[in-house]
Amino acid sequence: MPLTPVDTLETESAEREYVWTLNFGPQHPATHTTLRLVLTLDGEKVLNAVPYIGYLHSGFEKLGEHLDFNQYVTIVDRMNYLSPLANEIAWHHAVEKLLGIELTPRCRYLRTILAELMRMHDHLLNLGTTALDLGGFTAFLYFFQQREHIYDIVELASGQRFHTSYTRVGGVLFDVNTDWVNRVRKFVREFPRVYEEVDRLLTKNRIFVDRTKGIGYLSREDAINFSAAGPVARASGVERDLRRDEPYLAYADLDFDVVCSKGGDCYARYLVRMQELLESLKIIEQAVENIPGGPVNIGVETDMVLPAKPAVYRSIEGLIQHFEVIMPNRGYDVPREQVYAATESPNGELGFYIVGNAETRAYRARTRPPSFIHFSMFPHLIRNHQLSDVVAVLGSINIIAAELDR
Amino acid sequence: MAVGLPENIFITKLDAAANWARSNSLWPMPFATACCGIELMATAASRHDLARFGAEVMRFSPRQCDLLIVAGRVVMKMLPVLQRIWLQMPEPKWCISMGACACSGGVFDTYAVVQGVDRFIPVDMYVPGCPPRPEQLLAAVIEMQAKVRRTGTVMGREFAIRDTPVGPTPFDMDERYRIQDANLVQLGGFSAAATGTALKGPANHG
Amino acid sequence: MVELSVLQERFGSGITEHVFRDNRRVDVPAAVLFDVLSGLKTDFGFSVLIDLTAVDWLEYEGATDRFTVVYLLLNMDSGERLTVQTALNLPNPTLTSVYSLWKAADWMEREVFDMFGITFTGHPDLRRILMPEEFDAFPLRKDYPLKGRGERHNFPVITRSGS
Repeated sequence: MPLTPVDTLETESAEREYVWTLNFGPQHPATHTTLRLVLTLDGEKVLNAVPYIGYLHSGFEKLGEHLDFNQYVTIVDRMNYLSPLANEIAWHHAVEKLLGIELTPRCRYLRTILAELMRMHDHLLNLGTTALDLGGFTAFLYFFQQREHIYDIVELASGQRFHTSYTRVGGVLFDVNTDWVNRVRKFVREFPRVYEEVDRLLTKNRIFVDRTKGIGYLSREDAINFSAAGPVARASGVERDLRRDEPYLAYADLDFDVVCSKGGDCYARYLVRMQELLESLKIIEQAVENIPGGPVNIGVETDMVLPAKPAVYRSIEGLIQHFEVIMPNRGYDVPREQVYAATESPNGELGFYIVGNAETRAYRARTRPPSFIHFSMFPHLIRNHQLSDVVAVLGSINIIAAELDR
Repeated sequence: MAVGLPENIFITKLDAAANWARSNSLWPMPFATACCGIELMATAASRHDLARFGAEVMRFSPRQCDLLIVAGRVVMKMLPVLQRIWLQMPEPKWCISMGACACSGGVFDTYAVVQGVDRFIPVDMYVPGCPPRPEQLLAAVIEMQAKVRRTGTVMGREFAIRDTPVGPTPFDMDERYRIQDANLVQLGGFSAAATGTALKGPANHG
Repeated sequence: MVELSVLQERFGSGITEHVFRDNRRVDVPAAVLFDVLSGLKTDFGFSVLIDLTAVDWLEYEGATDRFTVVYLLLNMDSGERLTVQTALNLPNPTLTSVYSLWKAADWMEREVFDMFGITFTGHPDLRRILMPEEFDAFPLRKDYPLKGRGERHNFPVITRSGS
């Protein structure tokens, strides 16, 4: 068959004949995704790990050069599929910086709420599956139930439960209504109970703590040198959170804490994620009670957003404006410049480097993928641990293959 | 006939008995690569609960499974792995192609993504959607059970019939794309010969 | 904030500056790139390599060089960001690897090599990362078609009776 299971592997310990090689992946349940590790083992001790990636490389960045700013949002969705909306927000954040768009206050609050819901979405799955891999099925089921509630919320806003494609240049697809706000309020009210239950199940669980404490240690210097960001870096004592350090959307108005830990191991990363769930809940609670009124999109005179449907159907100006946005040869002014803008996605700094070329699609749409950067330090994290710790470390750095390989 | 049967004995065809057993205990092999894998997880998790239909025993070893669920896009580097997993599964086996990417490449009509797994492995059931809702996957599993009951034979004779892969001949499509792209791309002021690319794919996958 | 004049004084006058919105970029000749980056890291506190990528300018109107390689840096203490960019041309686009400065550059340089064919001298393990080893094109170059050159169809077919 075509696949060669184990590539030739050079290890310094090759002369030791009891050292053996284990192929882990690319289709393995504990990787959750499609990545492959070739582990060099001495008994159960991992001497070396060589990751092989690219098993889900689908040409995202090439597609970004062929689709316009609004179309590409559907592709960006599929990048980190645990939190699709967070990618959309990051993408349009970069596009809006390139175009120089100032969002309306309502849109900023709306996107903030969605971004935080997505952070919870991501952390819930990550924590649930980490527990699942370490033998705790219950936490997975409890947290998945909460994810279903978040699915319901985004479905109510956008009409799609998974890949919402909800943001647009200068705004969002639809405005939300009171029903939606009430649904979010209900979620905020009911979530802490489930959180408590899982907290009691895992945080002081002897097995869980033994499997994660002291495993996969990452020092602060290494975290910086490896460019780690997000919960992984914060668990190693790097106090950096773009929401606080480079405030975007409505984060400047809201009160929240940046969760950090000095532990640097898998348990610290677990604790940081758990605490961030509560911080996100706090942000959502504040934001949802303070959503400003007014329009959700920027003005139609910019030719960047679709006009309201009644205007399209009933007036010639509205119809013309609609065509101006839709027709590929019309569009708006895009500066011939390069811009990098990043948001704090659930996994870390998710940035886009866009080269504008006077047309409504990017000349180059580079993603700064947190998973890619986190996975590159995996051999460093796993060295001299046991084989069973591989899944604990993989779970704690939250590798999403589609974002890893793009 | 004067032969009386005790009341707890049934007479049936061997095929029917095998189909009944097989269809109600499908063991899926989740080949989850991307977004659809999360929906597959959602299908198995709290709200949707695949266990109600007897297909919750997700075995991660292909040697224990009889239903391959290809969830998510399959790319060039992954396809040999998928084929190997398919070959490792024991007969009788079936395949559900879940989601637009697995069925046809979906939105990813790019250089790296295989345009439908059915070009390279046999597929019994297609689930549309990007990703399909858990309800759709449940419907597909139920439909799959019906199909097993309807067409299954104890020795797997039904598999001998379908011998040709479905979908358009890949190389025809490819030639068309190449001509189309060659017309579109006009090289600028740089030397085309210096780009150092040749018209050759990964050759030693055969 | 790193003054341009300081950089010019130290690394030669070939360095230019460009500001767009809050992004500040310096264009550096390839010959002094490594010196500039190591100077920025050790003396100016740019301790994080946020990203390393490349752009192919083949279809960009008015571009003079074929590739640019882009380094996005961050000063962790002050929060200052700086983009360093350098231009490269065919037939032999080569740069010095910055793996010795930032370990994060390992995979990033491999990805740039994989996608654009830009080589980095001094990289410990420069081979393809995302595409299969046998692949012999560079997909993100502008002269490579979006739909590829047929590589995605080049696989054996398994039929029902064949399995």
